[in-house]
Amino acid sequence: MIPELGHFALVLALVLALVQAVVPMIGANRNRFALMAVGRPAAQGQFFFILVSYVCLTWAFIQSDFSVQLAASNSHSATPLMYKITGVWGNHEGSLLLWAMSLSLWTVAVTVFSRHLPEAFVARVLGVLGWVSAGFLSFLLVTSNPFDRLLPGAGEGRDLNPLLQDPGMIIHPPLLYMGYVGFSVAFAFAIAALLSGRMDAAWARWSRPWTTVAWVFLTVGIAVGSGWAYYELGWGGWWFWDPVENASFMPWLLGTALMHSLAVTEKRGAFRSWTVLLAISAFSMSLLGTFIVRSGVITSVHAFATDPKRGLFILALLVIVIGVSLLLYAWRAPRLGGGGSFSFVSRETALLGNNVLLSVASASVLLGTMYPLFLDALGMGKISVGPPYFEAVFIPLMTPVVVLMMFGPFLRWKDDDLLAAVRKVVPAFIASVAIGVGTAFALDHVTWRTVLGLALAAWVVLASIQLLAGRFTERAGAAMGARLRSITAAWWGMWLAHLGVGVFIIGVTLVGSLNANLDVKMQDGQRAELAGYTFTFRGVQDANGPNYDAARATIDVSRGERTIATLKPEKRLYLAQGMPMTEAAIDIGPFRDVYVSLGEQVSDGTWIVSIYYKPFISWVWLGCLLMALGGVFAVADRRYRRLAAREAAVATNQRLA
Amino acid sequence: MKAKFLVPLILFFALAGFLAFGLTLNPREVPSPLIDKPAPAFRLARLDDPASTFALEEMRGQVWLLNVWASWCVACRQEHPLLVRMAGQKLVPVVGLNYKEVRGDGAINARGMALEAETAMAVERARRWLADHGNPYVLSVLDIDGRVGIDFGVYGVPETFLIDAEGRIRYKHIGPITPDSLQQVILPKIEELRRAG
Repeated sequence: MIPELGHFALVLALVLALVQAVVPMIGANRNRFALMAVGRPAAQGQFFFILVSYVCLTWAFIQSDFSVQLAASNSHSATPLMYKITGVWGNHEGSLLLWAMSLSLWTVAVTVFSRHLPEAFVARVLGVLGWVSAGFLSFLLVTSNPFDRLLPGAGEGRDLNPLLQDPGMIIHPPLLYMGYVGFSVAFAFAIAALLSGRMDAAWARWSRPWTTVAWVFLTVGIAVGSGWAYYELGWGGWWFWDPVENASFMPWLLGTALMHSLAVTEKRGAFRSWTVLLAISAFSMSLLGTFIVRSGVITSVHAFATDPKRGLFILALLVIVIGVSLLLYAWRAPRLGGGGSFSFVSRETALLGNNVLLSVASASVLLGTMYPLFLDALGMGKISVGPPYFEAVFIPLMTPVVVLMMFGPFLRWKDDDLLAAVRKVVPAFIASVAIGVGTAFALDHVTWRTVLGLALAAWVVLASIQLLAGRFTERAGAAMGARLRSITAAWWGMWLAHLGVGVFIIGVTLVGSLNANLDVKMQDGQRAELAGYTFTFRGVQDANGPNYDAARATIDVSRGERTIATLKPEKRLYLAQGMPMTEAAIDIGPFRDVYVSLGEQVSDGTWIVSIYYKPFISWVWLGCLLMALGGVFAVADRRYRRLAAREAAVATNQRLA
Repeated sequence: MKAKFLVPLILFFALAGFLAFGLTLNPREVPSPLIDKPAPAFRLARLDDPASTFALEEMRGQVWLLNVWASWCVACRQEHPLLVRMAGQKLVPVVGLNYKEVRGDGAINARGMALEAETAMAVERARRWLADHGNPYVLSVLDIDGRVGIDFGVYGVPETFLIDAEGRIRYKHIGPITPDSLQQVILPKIEELRRAG
C-alpha cells in the first residue's frame, strides 16, 4: 500500500511540474500576474509530493519490504539501518528520484529567495525548471519506476553493494546532486533572460549567489567522493579519471568558469553572450553526466545496470533540453550586445583567459571520456583512455590558469599598465621558481612535475600574502579593525578559494612525488619498514558485523621507539552478495597519512599486507574545503542582501502599480 | 541569427549523434575470452542423484545451454518461467549449474559448515525450489564451492552459456534471459550451429 502511495505521489508531482512548466510561462508572456503566481505554489506542491514519494520508498527499504523490486535488489534485512536509508539512492531508480528531489528543492529555494525579483522573470525561471523537472519525472515514471513490485516477494534481499556501505557514501551523492542539479538555477536564469531579452548586470547579480552555492556543494561533493575512493577502494588513490568522476568534474570546471564570467558581467557588463553560453553549458554537462552514468554508454567501475530504453529516453531528454536552449541561444544571443569595453591588459582579459582555459579543460575531459565511444562508433576498435592522457592534457592547461589566477587580482578592471603590474608580481614570481627548485632539491626528488607543482603552489601562497598585505596598506592611516572591516566577505571568499587551489596543489604534488608503498607477507610478530615507520603485525581476529564476516588484523605503527598508532584493517566478506571488501585503516596526520590494507591470506596466519605512506594527502581535501569555504564567504557578502532589499522594494512597487 | 552563435548547437548535435550510436553498442558485451574456446571440463555431482556425477563430455554431439542458477538468486526467478516454457517446447536441452547454493546465500552463514552438511542442505534447498517453480533442466549439477563457476568466468547469477556439439562455448548471455534475447539472439544462434553441425 505504501509503495503505491509513493507511486501515486510521484504522478501528482509530475502533474504539478507540468502546471509549473506551462502556466507561469503563459502568464509571463501575456503579463498576467494571476497566472504567474501559480508558479510558486505549484513548485512547492511538487516538492511536497516528491518528498512523500521519497519517504515512501525509504519506508520500503527500512521495513525490508522485499515485494518492492528495488528494495529486494538493494537492501537486506541485516543491513544496518543507516545503509538501508542510503541504499535508496545506491541504484538507478532511487538516485534519479534523489535527482528529481534535489531539483525540486532548488526550485523551492528559488520560490523562497526570489521575492525581490521581477514577477515575470521568476515566472519564466520557474517555468524552465518545471520543464526540466517534468522531463525527469516522466523518465522515472515511464522507464524507471522505483516502486515496481516483485510478486511474489523475495524472502530476502540482495543487499546494497558493499562498496556503498560506507559513511562517505551517506553524504556524497546528496552533496554531488545538490551541486550539479544546482546549476539548473543558473541555467533557468539564463534561459529566462534569453526569453525576456533582458540581460544586464542585475541578471548576473541574481545568478551569482545561486551559481556559487551550487558550486560549493559540487566542490564538497567531489571532495567527499574522492575521499571515499581513497579509503574504500583500498589502494590509496584519490582520483581515477573514471567516467563517473569526470561526469561531475566537467560541470565543476564549467561552473568555475561561469562564476568568474558572471563576476565580469555584473561588474562590467561584458561577456554577456559568453556567460549565457557557460550557464547553458554547465547545466548541459550535468545532464550529460547523468546520461553517461545512467545510460551505461560508457562503462566504468561505477556502472549501474544498463538498459538501452532508458538510455534512449534520457538522450531524447538531453537533446530536447540542450538543443532547445542552444537554439534559443543562437537566436537571441546576437541581440544581447557587448558590454563595457576593456583593453588587452585588464582584469577582464585575465578572467577571460582563465574562462577559456577552463572551458578547454572541460572539453578535453569530455573528449577523453567520450573518445572510446567515438572510436567504437567509427569502427576503429575498442580502446580505453586512462590517466596518462588526462594528466598530459591537464598540466599544460592548468599551469597558465594558476599563474593567471593570482596575477588577475593585481590588475585593474578595464585598463592597466602591464609593466607596472608585472613589476608588482615579479619578486613573488622569481621567489616561487626558486622555492620550487630549492624544495625539490631539498626533498631529493627533482623531476619537472615536482618542481612545477611546488613552484605553482609557492606562487599561489606568496601572491596571496602579497594581495592581503596590499589590501591592508591601501588604507594605511586607518585603525587595524577598520582596515579589516573594509575588506568585503566577497574578497575574502576570492582570497580563500584561490589559496585553497595552492593548498590543493601542494597536496597533489607531494603525494604524487613522495608516496611510497610496500606489499609484504606478514605473520604474527613480523615487522616491516617503510618511510621511517615500523609496522608490526599482531595477528588476525574474526570481527563479524551485522551483514558481513570479517577478519581484522592488528598492526602497530611505530617511529623509532614510540608507538604512534594501532591500525586495524579488515577484510570483509559481505554475505548477501558474497563480495569481498577491504577496509583500509589509516592513521591520518596533518603532514602524512599512513595507510594499511589487508590483502589475501596466503597460508594459515600469513597475510599479504599493503602499506602506503602518503605525504600531504589530506592537503588535497583541505584545499577543496578552502575553495568551498571561499564560496561560502562570497555568498555571505552583505552586498547581496542590501541589493536584494532594495530590489524587493522595487518589485513590491511594481506589483502594487 | 549570426552563424557563430550556431556553433555550440552544431557541436552538440554531433555529440548527440555519437551518443545515440553509443546506445546501440553494448558495453556489457565484454568479449568473453572463452567464446569459441572449448568449455572448461568439469565433473560434478548431480542434483537428482548426488552419488552419481555428470561431466561436460556427456553432452558431446548436442547443441545445448548451460544455465547458472541458485535458489537465492532473485533474477533467476524472473527468467525461470521462460526456461520452463522452453523445456515444454523442447527447444534445446538445458543443463543447470547450481551455483554456490548454500554459501552464496547471504542469509546463511556457511563458514565452518562441513562439506557433507553443506551438500545435503544444497540438495534439499535446490530440489524444493525446482519443485516449487518447475524443473526446466535435463539435469542440474551442484557447484557447491563455485570452482566450476570460476572456470567459466561467472560473475553474476544467472548466466547462460551456449555450447556446441564439439563442446565449445559459442555464446554467453549475462543476466536473465528475456523473450527478446531468446528469440533474437539465442535461438538463431542455436539454429545456425545445428545447421553447421
